[in-house]
Amino acid sequence: MRSTVKPLRKTGTEIDFHAYPDAQGRFGDYGGVYVAETLIAPLHELTETYLRLRDDPAFQAELERDLKHYVGRPSPIYHAARLSREVGGARILLKREDLNHTGAHKINNTVGQAMVAKRMGKTRIIAETGAGQHGVASATVAARLGLQCVVYMGETDIARQAINVYRMKLLGAAVVPVSAGSKTLKDALNEALRDWVTNVRDTFYIIGTVAGPHPYPMMVRDFNAVVGREARAQMLDEYGRLPDAITACVGGGSNAIGLFHAFLNDRDVRIVGAEAAGEGIASGHHAASLAAGRPGVLHGNRTYVLCDDDGQITETHSISAGLDYPGVGPEHAFLKDAGRAQYVGVTDAEAMQAFHLLARTEGILAALESAHAVAQAVRLARELPRDGIVLCNLSGRGDKDVHTIAAREGITL
Amino acid sequence: MSVHSLSPAFPTAAARMNRIDQRFAELKAAGRTGLIPFVTAGDPRADIESNLAVLRALVDAGADLVELGMPFSDPMADGPAIQRASERALARRVGLTRVLEIVRAFRAGDARTPLVLMGYLNPIEIRGVAGFADEAAAAGVDGLLLVDAPQDDEALLALLQDRRLHLIRLVAPTTGPERMRALARRAGGFLYFVSMAGTTGAARVDAGAIEAQVVALRHMAPVPVAVGFGIKDAESARAVAHCADAVVIGSALVDHLARAADAAEAAQLAAQFIAPIRTALDARQAA
Repeated sequence: MRSTVKPLRKTGTEIDFHAYPDAQGRFGDYGGVYVAETLIAPLHELTETYLRLRDDPAFQAELERDLKHYVGRPSPIYHAARLSREVGGARILLKREDLNHTGAHKINNTVGQAMVAKRMGKTRIIAETGAGQHGVASATVAARLGLQCVVYMGETDIARQAINVYRMKLLGAAVVPVSAGSKTLKDALNEALRDWVTNVRDTFYIIGTVAGPHPYPMMVRDFNAVVGREARAQMLDEYGRLPDAITACVGGGSNAIGLFHAFLNDRDVRIVGAEAAGEGIASGHHAASLAAGRPGVLHGNRTYVLCDDDGQITETHSISAGLDYPGVGPEHAFLKDAGRAQYVGVTDAEAMQAFHLLARTEGILAALESAHAVAQAVRLARELPRDGIVLCNLSGRGDKDVHTIAAREGITL
Repeated sequence: MSVHSLSPAFPTAAARMNRIDQRFAELKAAGRTGLIPFVTAGDPRADIESNLAVLRALVDAGADLVELGMPFSDPMADGPAIQRASERALARRVGLTRVLEIVRAFRAGDARTPLVLMGYLNPIEIRGVAGFADEAAAAGVDGLLLVDAPQDDEALLALLQDRRLHLIRLVAPTTGPERMRALARRAGGFLYFVSMAGTTGAARVDAGAIEAQVVALRHMAPVPVAVGFGIKDAESARAVAHCADAVVIGSALVDHLARAADAAEAAQLAAQFIAPIRTALDARQAA
């Protein structure tokens, strides 16, 4: 049931985008708590705990230490000079989240949530994963803290991300194949929610993206917001100015909100999210929930979803498993409606092209998810003058995708 | 007399009585435990005749109220049995339009047995909540149980009340005392007590473990309390009936029906499943 539309909170005449979500976990019309009754009390407990820890200097100091010494933060912003020259437009800077431990931004969130889990006395961690990056990041922190770890993964994704499946096993996690529905990320999320509702007393569910019921979209954002905070300070420090535009890929949207959040109140910075347009929006084979979906309810929150006229969630397609999701974080839905961020589609072919371009000009193999952002950065660079700056979140490295790319290009390894 | 005339959520007794209230009043007068079977619309077969045959067989075998599941692609609170039923129904393109057709057909032949639709929010949101409530009320639905709808959504409640539809609320083992009181106070129709933390059709219910909570809930609630999750057969139904006003049985029934080859077999399987449970509940009453 849609609640009454609340007026956007403003500072002076402008919306303060840092004031969301509200106490009910709402980002304007989106977000909230849409779950079975059994999960209401555990979510309430998690919210209370997290809000207390967020203001706890000891917790924050420990988190900062771990991000520095275990994850390897801060990650640099790197001027991709040859790429920029080849494109022939504005300068393209890459926020190098691919250099983090485990190879993607996902570790920022799992380090944080595992610390929350430990403080809540939970002994077992569960996670869902699409590309496997979040599964690996969860298995990693579980191993480090001595917690049992179970990762749910769709059968389709297991087949296309074999390396990450093996990495999780090496880290001591149990990977449970999910054969329901489309056998991808959304079904893994369903199965993890079912596990959580059953084992909620001793189990902590580390959701890997800014979706799910409140407080997850807020908590996952907060843990990833270090990306944008660092990048904004690095811009001012190294370039003496903010970028003209920033961009990131959006599946569930955790790396994107991580980069965007610090810049939301900088009105002069253009914000563009790159969704997976798969074989093209018109083909119907895509995962562009914001560009082609409609408001609905999925996985515990109100957001844009891809569904048919009967409200059944539709199967999505993307070359990158990490973007293959029919929903999107509610804060992105809010930013789209508020006009603060734009969301555009990047096709499989465009992402592949960007992948090769970056590899050839800069010696960086991007994750296929991140290659969508690179493709969008290239478009933005072409629109901007030569002294402009586009900041692109290179959210992960592409080692995991080597087999997918080879197969697509007809090469047997 | 309504069994829940204390409910402050409803302004007048005349406006709120529907088939659910009448049926529970009858059960109370007769000292019987209610039997509530759940089946998924469109399963085991998609055609209206098969669905109708199953619903009628359930009623003839002793069901006091029927719950009809609305198929959804992502039933996150359901275990494998109801997930598969939902998948089978969706594969045959059974959506809300067919669900309502089934209800209309059922109501044409049965004016008295209450019917509750159970499902998830997204299909209803996409169809339009108010429009769907109109259609459901006109078709002869008496209550809606929406697994992932916020239970304190006043706008949804008001919208359903206007159409004399009950919003069936759930209470779980994890629900704290304060929230339990609030849910009980505002309940309409009946309260659904979820017997265990888990998905539908999981482990067998431990009747001893839930008794204290169910008894407490019945003291708080102006409406009857039904218990569901983990009730699989006559034995577990009888054990729960000890403390509940009604028992809900879903996954085991859905699994039992899955092998039906045609409408007649589905009806026969439904009756065969429900009859011994009815007998067990009534025997308990007589004892």
